[in-house]
Amino acid sequence: MSITGIEVAGQEIAAGEGALDASAAKIQGRSQWQLTWRRLRRDKVAMAALVVILIMVVLALAAPVFVSITHHPPNIAYPNTGEDAAGNPVGPGTAGFWLGTDGTGRDLFIRILYGARISLFVGFVTTAIGVVAGVTVGLMAGYFGGFIDTVLARFTDAVLAFPYVVLALALAVVLGPSLIVIIGVIAFFSWAAIARIVRGQTLSIKEKEYIEAARSLGAGPFRIMFLDILPNLLAPVLVLATLYIPTAVVFEATLSYLGLGIQPPTASWGNILADAQNFYQVAWWYVIFPAAALLITTLAFNLFGDGIRDAMDPRTERAFAAGRARRRRGKRQVLANDSQSHLSHAAPYVPPAEGS
Amino acid sequence: MSAIPADTGPASTGSASTAPETVGEDVLVRVENLVKYFPVRAGGLIRRTVGQVHAVDDVSLSIPRGKTLGLVGETGSGKSTLARCVAGLIPVSSGRVIFDGRDITNLSRGAMRPVRREIQMIFQDPYSSLNPRRRIGAIIGDPFAIHKTATGAERKRAVQELMERVGLNPEHYNRFPAEFSGGQRQRIGVARALALKPKLIICDEPVSALDVSIQAQVLNLLADLQRDYGLSYLFIAHDLEVVRHVSNSVAVMYLGRIGESGPIQPVYGSPRHPYTVALLSAAPAADPDAAAARQRIILTGDVPSPIDPPSGCRFHPRCPKAEAVCGQQEPQLEARAGDAATHLTACHFPVQAGENLAAAGRSEPA
Amino acid sequence: MQARPYSGRACIAVSVMLCNACRVSRILHRGCWAMGRRDALTLLEVTDLTVSFPTADGVVRAVRGVSFGVEAGRTLGIVGESGSGKTVLTQTLLGLTPGADVSGRALFDGTDLLTLTEDQLREIRGARIAVIFQDPLTSLHPLYKVGWQIAEMIRAHDKSVSKKQAHERATELLGRVGIPRPAQRVDDYPHQFSGGMRQRAMIAMALSLSPRMIIADEPTTALDATVQAQIIDLLLRLQQESHTALIMITHDLGVVADIADDVMVMYAGRAAEKAPKRDVFYAPHHPYTKGLLESIPSSSASGDRLRPIPGSPPSLINLPSGCKFHPRCGYVLDRCLTEEPGLRPVSQGGLHSSACWLPVQAAGLSEQAEELRAQTVREGRGEAAAEVFDAEIAGAEGSVAG
Repeated sequence: MSITGIEVAGQEIAAGEGALDASAAKIQGRSQWQLTWRRLRRDKVAMAALVVILIMVVLALAAPVFVSITHHPPNIAYPNTGEDAAGNPVGPGTAGFWLGTDGTGRDLFIRILYGARISLFVGFVTTAIGVVAGVTVGLMAGYFGGFIDTVLARFTDAVLAFPYVVLALALAVVLGPSLIVIIGVIAFFSWAAIARIVRGQTLSIKEKEYIEAARSLGAGPFRIMFLDILPNLLAPVLVLATLYIPTAVVFEATLSYLGLGIQPPTASWGNILADAQNFYQVAWWYVIFPAAALLITTLAFNLFGDGIRDAMDPRTERAFAAGRARRRRGKRQVLANDSQSHLSHAAPYVPPAEGS
Repeated sequence: MSAIPADTGPASTGSASTAPETVGEDVLVRVENLVKYFPVRAGGLIRRTVGQVHAVDDVSLSIPRGKTLGLVGETGSGKSTLARCVAGLIPVSSGRVIFDGRDITNLSRGAMRPVRREIQMIFQDPYSSLNPRRRIGAIIGDPFAIHKTATGAERKRAVQELMERVGLNPEHYNRFPAEFSGGQRQRIGVARALALKPKLIICDEPVSALDVSIQAQVLNLLADLQRDYGLSYLFIAHDLEVVRHVSNSVAVMYLGRIGESGPIQPVYGSPRHPYTVALLSAAPAADPDAAAARQRIILTGDVPSPIDPPSGCRFHPRCPKAEAVCGQQEPQLEARAGDAATHLTACHFPVQAGENLAAAGRSEPA
Repeated sequence: MQARPYSGRACIAVSVMLCNACRVSRILHRGCWAMGRRDALTLLEVTDLTVSFPTADGVVRAVRGVSFGVEAGRTLGIVGESGSGKTVLTQTLLGLTPGADVSGRALFDGTDLLTLTEDQLREIRGARIAVIFQDPLTSLHPLYKVGWQIAEMIRAHDKSVSKKQAHERATELLGRVGIPRPAQRVDDYPHQFSGGMRQRAMIAMALSLSPRMIIADEPTTALDATVQAQIIDLLLRLQQESHTALIMITHDLGVVADIADDVMVMYAGRAAEKAPKRDVFYAPHHPYTKGLLESIPSSSASGDRLRPIPGSPPSLINLPSGCKFHPRCGYVLDRCLTEEPGLRPVSQGGLHSSACWLPVQAAGLSEQAEELRAQTVREGRGEAAAEVFDAEIAGAEGSVAG
């Protein structure tokens, strides 16, 4: 009968006895995802961030369309129209260059769009690989425990301690810098962080009674891991993944900036910025626009990730539901329904203050 | 009486392995001298074992086919551990578990698999015994999936039949556990346990977490199922009244050992072990006059830790009747003079009829 | 509220002065003393308390017009199951439900608790009304020593007490609640205490400021039966010593039978029945109370089927019409579907009241009472109520409502 107060309170709020009469038909069949989406919809900041992300994705995918509109392919330089007399880039709006040109007279806007393609691609792919690998390793380490856990956990720790720049450098020297190298390095780093968190979650979920029930039914370890534990992990993993994408994007930009990643003439926000630092005094647009693109993308993913995390936390729902007018202190409300028998309701230590 | 020789198991300290059964009764489960210790580890880099938790210490009992054995005890008595040993969820340190004639002690996972179809468990907490992220159709259908006995539409039909049987609306197949009340969730747990038509269901405090009026519903359901399917139950509870109502026989555990066991009538009617007497007197009765008139025996102190159990009779530090010998010698579990052969007590000075323990009891520390 | 005890005391003083040996004055004396005493005794007077919570799914009406009183030195047992509102009720009294819509009045020693500010409530909590929660494992802070927590409680309310004094008082309190070797245990952490000991420590904390009233919310539910008996014994003893009022919230009728003087049975946010203890157990009027008593295993012979109350407690968002218990009631009348009964006195003294349309005499478990109920049902049940009853019976045969 050892249930922590927070967990119990969470359960109470999510599943109070009185409100769950089957006659309340409108609460039918709502999965966790539907509830999360409902809460997310109400979060204006998260929704705005989502819109920004979608716009970014659309723009990146539609890059060839913009090429056909402006007639400026990304890697073609226009020394006549794209550079001024001194050989410096021209500003936004001149001669059909919407955001101006870069150091060699190429269309900056188009290059930023193609850079977005790279960034988003790297972001999604590395996160996907990292999640799959990290979840698998974390699950196995957490569930099996013992020797397997020791080996996997130590391995994970070692990977986390690795200096990734040095690794990228080494790989770049040996294999030559390329997209594959970047994806490999970033994925190699991200799986470890995810694995560690997943392992922690698995350890706590493993102790729950429904896992014991599954074992008593004769379920094998893999069935338990992937059918019983994994669905309970998806929520934190989703939040992690959404917050990891911007990390990967910045990672890629950093590596490209250092010259270890995407090589010019292929456009990447990182190498655009690397070249831009030579021109910042004469061409502010060359620095500002790619930097802004990077900033906006990263910010949007972070805000969206925060929004998802809040939407998945059932306790925040009470704050939404009460309405701002009624919230005097903005704290959690006591569960609306009464406790169910004696395994619920436990109030935390509260000397003079409020809260329950 | 068919006595089992008391020489099995290394830690046998003479507690006779006679189990509460009547002659000729068909026994489904027999537990012989079961011992389960958990190591206590300490230390930093290299963890050494510094002690043992004596969770279950030489317990023998039997469950007849189609009947219910109630297991009563307080925190630290080892009843939950014992249940899990019988279910094969945790390995046994020594002793044997014999199910339907087969020795199932410490079987490998593969060998245990077919046995799992016949032994099922119902858990205490309806809120954590069901996976919150899965629909109840999937939860109840799990046994079919794991043992590959039914698939697809057939499985769905079987699950819905089960739901009806336990009193749930089969149309709620796709709902999540969070949408059900405590009593309904417990029914889901019962349906899941029933799926493969087991012979034995181990109920670990199945109604303790439910409201009073719902408890009765679930208990009635369990009784109906036993009658219809010939199930045997190992019913663990701390509420003596519930145990009295559902069980045919009862075993009272204290700190890993059985203090008293036997059919309901003699144990509740004329308890011999002082701990049983104290438990019965402490049980709250919904009758103010009886409560006022009752001689409540207040035991001193709390249950000692199972890591370092008292010597001799484990109950002696709190027993109102304890004498010197109680601290030195472990009493044997055997029938006392004047009792039925199946009513066993482990006590040097069993309580006699008409004896007033409250008078002999020590007063609480001030 | 303040005037009456004063006049009572004045009365005493005057009569004493007049003539102590005089029989007449002695009678006067006793009368004034009684009058003064009676007024001083009612510590908490709650009138028509209503608590609602707005949620995304609708308004949850957790408490719907509850009134009761508690006197010093006596115990009120509040019995209810899930969704009855018993916990929300007491939490609201102490201001522990921010965001709720509260109306009504709760006079504690003359002041209306519901109108106090947070600071004022903070002074009352612990010092004048103490609370004991259900699970001491999570009520005590795991990272601080038990003695320190008690001492901090004392010093929070009285800055003049030094740390050393508070520590000594904490040790003394631990001893008073029956913890052996208190001088050593006072410096232990909560996890080093067993469940029963922790609950005793909670009680010690509750007593530390000598409150006038203690609210115990299911304090023994998580404990073993023998430890529960110890704790109940302790509470009774302490109550007698300090003349504290006690509100005991529980779902366990056995605990109530032991410790309560008066009982209030709650259902769906309202009081279904209020009576002194013996009346509730031996002459219950409300079918819910009667159903509760009949559904516990000890009231059925071993081997017989138990008699549960069919169905389950209603959703506090979508409450049924009329009497909230009618979908589960074996005596449902037509009237019950449309009109919700208020609390009506059922006994001569007016101490026993029940919110039910059944006649006043239909109280208790005797055959006559049952016959009277059956007759009322025959007369008062038309088609509508009969349908409800049939649905309930079908529900009782295994399926659960919905």
